[in-house]
Amino acid sequence: MLLIPCPHCGERPEIEFTYGGEAHLVRPADPSTLDDAAWADYLYMRTNTKGVHAERWRHARGCGRFFNALRDTTTDRFLATYRIGEPRPAIAAGGAR
Amino acid sequence: MSKQRFSALSLFRRALGGHRSWEPQWRKVEPKPSYDVVIVGGGGHGLGAAYYLAAEHRVGRIAVVEKGWIGGGNTGRNTTIIRSNYLFAESAALYDHSVKLWEDLSQVLNYNVMFSQRGVMMLAHTVHDVQVFKRHVHANRCSGVDNEWLTPEEAKAFCPPLNIDPDIRYPVLGAALQRRGGTARHDAVAWGYARAASELGVDIIENCEVTGIRRDPQGRVEALETTRGLIRASKVGVSAAGNTSAVLSLAGVRLPLESYPLQALVSEPVKPVFPCVAMSNTIHAYVSQSDKGELVIGAGTDAYTSYTQRGALHINMHTLDAICELFPMFRRMRMMRNWGGIVDVTPDRSPIIAKTPVPGLYVNCGWGTGGFKATPGSAHLFAWTIAKDEPHPINAPFTIERFRDGYLIDEAAAAAVAH
Repeated sequence: MLLIPCPHCGERPEIEFTYGGEAHLVRPADPSTLDDAAWADYLYMRTNTKGVHAERWRHARGCGRFFNALRDTTTDRFLATYRIGEPRPAIAAGGAR
Repeated sequence: MSKQRFSALSLFRRALGGHRSWEPQWRKVEPKPSYDVVIVGGGGHGLGAAYYLAAEHRVGRIAVVEKGWIGGGNTGRNTTIIRSNYLFAESAALYDHSVKLWEDLSQVLNYNVMFSQRGVMMLAHTVHDVQVFKRHVHANRCSGVDNEWLTPEEAKAFCPPLNIDPDIRYPVLGAALQRRGGTARHDAVAWGYARAASELGVDIIENCEVTGIRRDPQGRVEALETTRGLIRASKVGVSAAGNTSAVLSLAGVRLPLESYPLQALVSEPVKPVFPCVAMSNTIHAYVSQSDKGELVIGAGTDAYTSYTQRGALHINMHTLDAICELFPMFRRMRMMRNWGGIVDVTPDRSPIIAKTPVPGLYVNCGWGTGGFKATPGSAHLFAWTIAKDEPHPINAPFTIERFRDGYLIDEAAAAAVAH
């Protein structure tokens, strides 16, 4: 089980959290101007990164808040967590936790 | 196929020589500089595609490149369940094509894949389950796929260890039974296809990871960069399961895939006690007994995407809670091993067997939590798609473009693992 550092509450076990998928996917401001391929890209296509992955988590059984995390998907190690709205920290794979 | 053909007579003859005269089942080869078709991924799907390309489409020079050892990915990590009781006509045709190929696969490959049609029983625990499964039963019968409804008493008669006490937390309200479903021996599938393909001249190259995909000025695939050197290829078929996104990103292709760990575990081996495959989607447990005597138990996917081939223990514990309630006689069984495989899941839980936007590059992926059952059918259709540069009518709906065009094949209810 992962130990996940919630930026609001500190380290907590994984079962307190729900996973929110890839982070920083922004809903297009005016979907009616998109073609089908661009809309499908937003809805369905995912980077599915093998390496450092920016993703959303929600501390559902804790503070209840969403936050973003950088996790290395080849080791499951969390490299950073940060609040919604903050930019993605510049951390490469193998960086300190 | 002649030299080492398996038969009772050949086994007897080799036994007289102390079984010292057997040769390796497939050739160890160095990669050649170029091939007509290179398949990326040496699991059952990839090896099978190479076999059908050679056997049915007479493609000349074929190679399978595998970053680890053949059958060491999801082919060796699944719970070997085979069934075709999917909801929609497109899926029923696809999975039933596979079941039909399973039925004589041992004879075709001259390799015993231990296909056993012992029946797959899917348990219903809620009114919603009952309605959904009955809908599946009716839809399957319209598609010509066998599937029948059992009352709890009939389910217990078919599978005596089942607990149908109405007072358990999730009582059994009935079950859908596909009698043609069953299991097969996972390693034998990879080895059987590898042996048959190798004898037809396919080069199987292990420990060879793809690190780049080279394209000519028109954008067409021309070569693979690998850890064992450059391999030229006119056509490349990627059959890399959980690693498909990573491989296709080398050619700039984005896919609607996310890769999750899916866990399984086996118990200590015991005498034959369990006659069929039993699955419960709702409380998430599935179990069968291998010919070696181990209970083979499938757990769920972990919550997060990962490439680690391991998952969290609480996922397995949740499954064992369900197994112990449904089959109380297993409460004191000890579990021997557990492991994870990385499954590539699409938004509609249906696979993709298709051409990609890159000419000469084909992909077979998105099998999610249920790829083993489809191995022969998937391989057969992928070989067709590569050889003819167009899909077979059965896999024509399973494109990447269906997500753009809105023709999703939503099998979330039929895919056994809740996501």
